[in-house]
Amino acid sequence: METILVLAYTESDGSLAKAGLEAVGAGVELAKALGGKLAVGLFGADVQSAAQAVAGCGAEKLLSVTGPDFASARYATDAAAAEALCKAAGATLVIGAAGSRMARVLPGVTHRLGGQVDTHVSCVAVEGGKPVAARWFYRQRIEAKLARQHRPWVLLLDPGSHAPWKGEGAKVAFTAVPVTLSEGAKRTRVTGVKAPQADQQTIRPDAKLLFVAGAGWTKKQADGQPHMAEAEKQILGFLRASQASLGTSKSLADLAGEGQAVLGFMSHLNQVGQTGSTPRHPKGLATCCHGEEPHVVGWRFINERRAVNLDPNCGWARGKADVLYVADAFAVMSKMTELLEKNAGK
Amino acid sequence: MSTGYQIVVCGSIVPDPLQSLEPIAGPTGPALKNELMLPAVIDPWAGHALYEAANLAAKNPGSKVWLVSLGPKAKLQQVMMAVGQKVPFELVALDGPAGGFTDAHEVAAKLADAIKAIPGLDRSKLLVFGGWESASRGAGATLQLVGERLEICDQFQGVDQVSAVEGGLEILERVEGGKHQVSVCAGPPAVLGWATGSLGEPRNNPQVGMANMRTIMPALQRATAAAVGIGGIQYQSVALPTQQRVTRIVKDVPADEIARELVEWISQD
Repeated sequence: METILVLAYTESDGSLAKAGLEAVGAGVELAKALGGKLAVGLFGADVQSAAQAVAGCGAEKLLSVTGPDFASARYATDAAAAEALCKAAGATLVIGAAGSRMARVLPGVTHRLGGQVDTHVSCVAVEGGKPVAARWFYRQRIEAKLARQHRPWVLLLDPGSHAPWKGEGAKVAFTAVPVTLSEGAKRTRVTGVKAPQADQQTIRPDAKLLFVAGAGWTKKQADGQPHMAEAEKQILGFLRASQASLGTSKSLADLAGEGQAVLGFMSHLNQVGQTGSTPRHPKGLATCCHGEEPHVVGWRFINERRAVNLDPNCGWARGKADVLYVADAFAVMSKMTELLEKNAGK
Repeated sequence: MSTGYQIVVCGSIVPDPLQSLEPIAGPTGPALKNELMLPAVIDPWAGHALYEAANLAAKNPGSKVWLVSLGPKAKLQQVMMAVGQKVPFELVALDGPAGGFTDAHEVAAKLADAIKAIPGLDRSKLLVFGGWESASRGAGATLQLVGERLEICDQFQGVDQVSAVEGGLEILERVEGGKHQVSVCAGPPAVLGWATGSLGEPRNNPQVGMANMRTIMPALQRATAAAVGIGGIQYQSVALPTQQRVTRIVKDVPADEIARELVEWISQD
């Protein structure tokens, strides 16, 4: 019989992030389908609030590692906590959410457990009484379904791949799992988080719309001149009005590295595609971007896709977007921002 | 006493991103159609790691950079002709498959063994670099497994910046929401899985190319066979996505009207 451990960390306020709840949801379903035992393991400075939130999920074991040493996302301490929880649970299957903190640490933990790991899992299911996982290869260009006989099998579930667990909270006592840290485990100090100011933050993972600005925004326009200042104003204005998340293509993100004039608020963090991110948003709007394959693979998890481009034969027209508007993005975006601001003022 | 770093970059080759990829069933598991014919490039994130390694080495006298690369020897040679022009490094070549369907655990074991076998490597100066993911398997697991095999418990992923500061190395790692977590590590040994970093691709430097070639060719000649496979993975299916959208093309419509349609679409739940 499989013992499924959902492993999650708590946020600084002691709560469980949405991705963690998604992992709980996947674990609950998997345990039911396999007829296995479910355990939940939490680590962080304080897990009480998160523990209460997931107490009704049906886990037979509720385990925790807590203390100030486990507050920060630090490999050595996170790995020690995760390893101890996996061992205490006697887990044969471990599910974690593939956020930055768990993705950093779970492969290494797997090695310590003598297990095997698969990451970026987009679906976990049961077929023929056995667990199977789906994931993408070659940057979202080839999809594979796979299984492993080896145990423990550790699965890192991509955020947004499963519905978050919802259920009644309850007061519950988690069993504390002791972890002894060596001095070497504290060689790294997490000193803080560097983020753009709130009004300059263009990456919004929870936004309903991904807005992608391609290199065309920096090219010469109809009058033979590039209009960088105008482009910057248009894009930022639209982002303010729509609260969309901003993405870009490699070609535009790379321009800065080549010393060319670029849009100042763009960085490689905004890059979407083969060598960038693969965000999950319900809708995506691409502008001044040709929609070539290396870029569009970053759109794999965007459900509804529209594009504005001057070229009717661009990549978006070849089955990659639902609608392609053959038009000047400068003119369209300006009007869209006007309309959005007008609607917001109603 | 030298304060330099010994930086080992793990990086392999991937098909040129502009190539069409089609999976086939090979004798030992899934593979790409015409895999050996596809033009190859250095994995983009591994490339960033290599350039950042060279930059860190240049700023810290006494440092040295190795590139440990697992791939088919002929392909490695082809790619190293280009990469060798960029920054100084010493190649450690492993002759084996570089495809994305191989198991990260098997690859990590070979890479860790190759690193351990580097003559004169000083663990107290060791920084293991690599891409935080590859453009082939894209697991984001291999470096952590290598680090564990080398018993390195200071590991960082999605790194965009590293700088030597008082007390060690300050490292910026990507976290959710377009932010960076800032950490200070007491120094080597450490594992750094690079995201994009902050450096552009270096220009070709013929002098660097000449110097590198003196070690690249012998390294390729003595490349040891590294028979990595799919390990314990049981592939049930491997396929291209079938979804093809029916694109509606809207032409010769005023910007006002397009904007109205798009705003309506955005506003729908």
